[in-house]
Amino acid sequence: MIRRFLTLSGAALLLLAGCKPRDAATPSATATPAAGAKVLYLGNGTEPQDLDPQVVTGVPENKIVNALFEGLVAYGPSGQGTIPAAAASWSISEDGLVYTFNLQPNGRWSNGDPVTAADFVGSYRRILNPKLASEYANKLYPVVGAREFHEGKLQDFSRTGFKALDARTLQITLKRRTSFLIESMKHYAWFPVHLPTVEKFGGLERKGSAWTRAGNLVGNGPYTLTEWSMQQRIIVDKAPTYWDRDALRTDRIIFYPTENIETEERMFRTGQLHKTNELPLDKTDVYRREQPESLRIDPLLGIYFFRINLTRPPLNDKRIRRALALAINREVIVGKVTRQNQQPAYNACPPMESFTSPARLAGDLAEARRLLAEAGYPEGKGLRPIELLYNTSQNHKKIAEALQQMWRQNLGVDIALVNQEWKVYLDSQDTLAYDLSRAGWIADYVDPNTFFDLWRTGDGNNDTGFANAEYDRLLEEALGTADETARRALYARMDAILMDELPIIPLYFYTRTYAANPRLQSPPNLVETPNYKFIYLRD
Amino acid sequence: MLRFFASRLLQSLLALIIIITATFFMLRFVPGGPFTTEKAVTPEILRNLEAHYGLDQPLWKQYLDYLGSLARGDFGPSFKYPNRTVNEILADKLPVSLELGVLSLLVALLIGLPLGILAAVRRNTWVDYVASSFGMVGISIPTFVVGPLLVLALAIHLGWFNASGWYSPIDRMLPCLVLGIAYAAPISRLTRGGMLEVLSQDFIRTARAKGASELRVVMRHSLKGGLLPVVSFLGPAIAGILTGSFVIETIFQIPGIGREFVNSAFNRDYTLVLGTVILYAVLIMALNLAADVVQAWMNPKVRLEA
Repeated sequence: MIRRFLTLSGAALLLLAGCKPRDAATPSATATPAAGAKVLYLGNGTEPQDLDPQVVTGVPENKIVNALFEGLVAYGPSGQGTIPAAAASWSISEDGLVYTFNLQPNGRWSNGDPVTAADFVGSYRRILNPKLASEYANKLYPVVGAREFHEGKLQDFSRTGFKALDARTLQITLKRRTSFLIESMKHYAWFPVHLPTVEKFGGLERKGSAWTRAGNLVGNGPYTLTEWSMQQRIIVDKAPTYWDRDALRTDRIIFYPTENIETEERMFRTGQLHKTNELPLDKTDVYRREQPESLRIDPLLGIYFFRINLTRPPLNDKRIRRALALAINREVIVGKVTRQNQQPAYNACPPMESFTSPARLAGDLAEARRLLAEAGYPEGKGLRPIELLYNTSQNHKKIAEALQQMWRQNLGVDIALVNQEWKVYLDSQDTLAYDLSRAGWIADYVDPNTFFDLWRTGDGNNDTGFANAEYDRLLEEALGTADETARRALYARMDAILMDELPIIPLYFYTRTYAANPRLQSPPNLVETPNYKFIYLRD
Repeated sequence: MLRFFASRLLQSLLALIIIITATFFMLRFVPGGPFTTEKAVTPEILRNLEAHYGLDQPLWKQYLDYLGSLARGDFGPSFKYPNRTVNEILADKLPVSLELGVLSLLVALLIGLPLGILAAVRRNTWVDYVASSFGMVGISIPTFVVGPLLVLALAIHLGWFNASGWYSPIDRMLPCLVLGIAYAAPISRLTRGGMLEVLSQDFIRTARAKGASELRVVMRHSLKGGLLPVVSFLGPAIAGILTGSFVIETIFQIPGIGREFVNSAFNRDYTLVLGTVILYAVLIMALNLAADVVQAWMNPKVRLEA
């Protein structure tokens, strides 16, 4: 027994002595790619739920799905704008209702089949099938009959607005003008799937069949799936069938599930990753100081804010909400607490290329104190302690504590901090069991509508009790407005209503902070939807 | 002996049913479900999802259905990973956790036993002090500190290892070392204690009086008795290494089952939570039973009785 132990420990020592220091730039953790092949190693957050674009819902999934599938249109070289993808060109009718897409003449699936208009129509039929229970089926609701089909009120799919005019021409007819349709089509809910493959591995209505496994998956994207080892890595290789394969400057991409961001950062330092998904807050300053060339801070189209429960006294009083909103020093929050170049937010919609809202929460501390006194609580006297809810996390806690102190110092208001586990917190928010609740909202597509739609009366994401008829009317009007200037003006008015009624207290606009190899070319994208044609290592 | 096994088996089965039932219902009473997300789905979509997974049925029927499929050995589909069944996930990850556990245990025994024996034999000398200090330090410093420290030194500065992963045999060394050290510490202390007790007994004095060499006294006469406390510790410890490897699996990105055990609860992945709980319950029961048997074999004072 003892002798066997000794032999084993000897073997272990030999193993230890046998491993030599290796070149930090070449991760040893790879199946050997062809000599000279250009390989990218990317940290991807969590393990993807699935790779079926009609089933998945998250950002990590989005990043891989965009390698394996391609929608009609995609983001351009700067990370913004629109360029052709599976559609070579398209036209929009005068009334903004009929979209006609001409598909790429050389568009092919990874098994060699041509990508046809019927593939798109069949895919849309699948995602709208209520039995598939796709969580993003409502992305297609602007199309004639889509909602009715999805809710089971319409059985005949040929009566919806999806038509294959011929093998390469796809026509989509909308219920009414939707200015952001092309922008929203970059979302994977609009991506096609290869129906014969889906059919083969368990049928169109079954979620999570084996069709997305390596070896089975057939896609129309720039890369094909080579390996999927759960919680280990996902390897994709350049697709020889892809119509624009010459534009790809990376031969292979390996995605790592990097749940623990501390571990991820260490992987970056040993050269196992070219790019991390995130960077721990404590490390940001270290990178600023010691290797600024590896630190990247990209803008991200999202807002960090607090929901206010309008159905509970005393916060049903607008004056108190305003007092709270004005008594925050946002510059201190972003400069001292969050420290990743976030922009302080004084309105409900982050600035984007096409729209910068003029609405602004304006006022000073004196006004805040006056409003609180007017409401009957001079210097906070007589006001019950207000609960501030956040989901358990170090960063949210730091922000909540900063606010707690600011409100106590500036207004004399007592704040009780309450933290809950993620799903419990979501449930509390959904059932309006809170006073103030920390929240975040990341855009689904680059258009102001994504930041205003959720405050519609009764919207599933409203969760504040905010109901304003004028606001709802403006939202409807904006959807049907063709003129861009007029449409932007309408969103500005909605923003002004929000900043007057204050169902939310905006805090800051998000950024995405990560570490990347200085040679990595990766244009920032506001909604974290990559276009791998423009992501590569410079020589 | 047979009666002992039969009765233990029956007890275990009963406990297992209680565990399954309690887990099943507690999960359902926790706020939030598998489809609770930051971006709320529309009520129609939620209805579709619930119908898809049979969550629209009355709870008692879901419970019976679950027991039914369990009897057929089917743990059901995962909610979080829709294209995997729980059976597949468990089959995929259990071997990884087992490998991590067995290798770590080997490291723990290789370090802990010799240290403990040496400390007992050279009691109150510098050898004892060094070994005991190692024990104290190993018990006091948690793996989530030792792990990153070793990564910093051996992976980042010396470049001998990857910082994380489970790809090549070399990737096994750091995590197994860290987890092994954590268990080597209590093993060395228990070994020392057990050996000291045996070494002070009359039959050892007799052996020495008969001129047995020190090596023979230790190996032949005291080891079997001295290791008893270690054996009773090993049963729960192996279970602990298998279930408690969550921290190590997270630090080193190891695709083991410990992470699923914890994360599935956060995801409200009902079936995966139940699957991992059942697996662990069975493992722990089996290991405790094994520890009892081994102890009875090593210690004539212990008898297996129903």
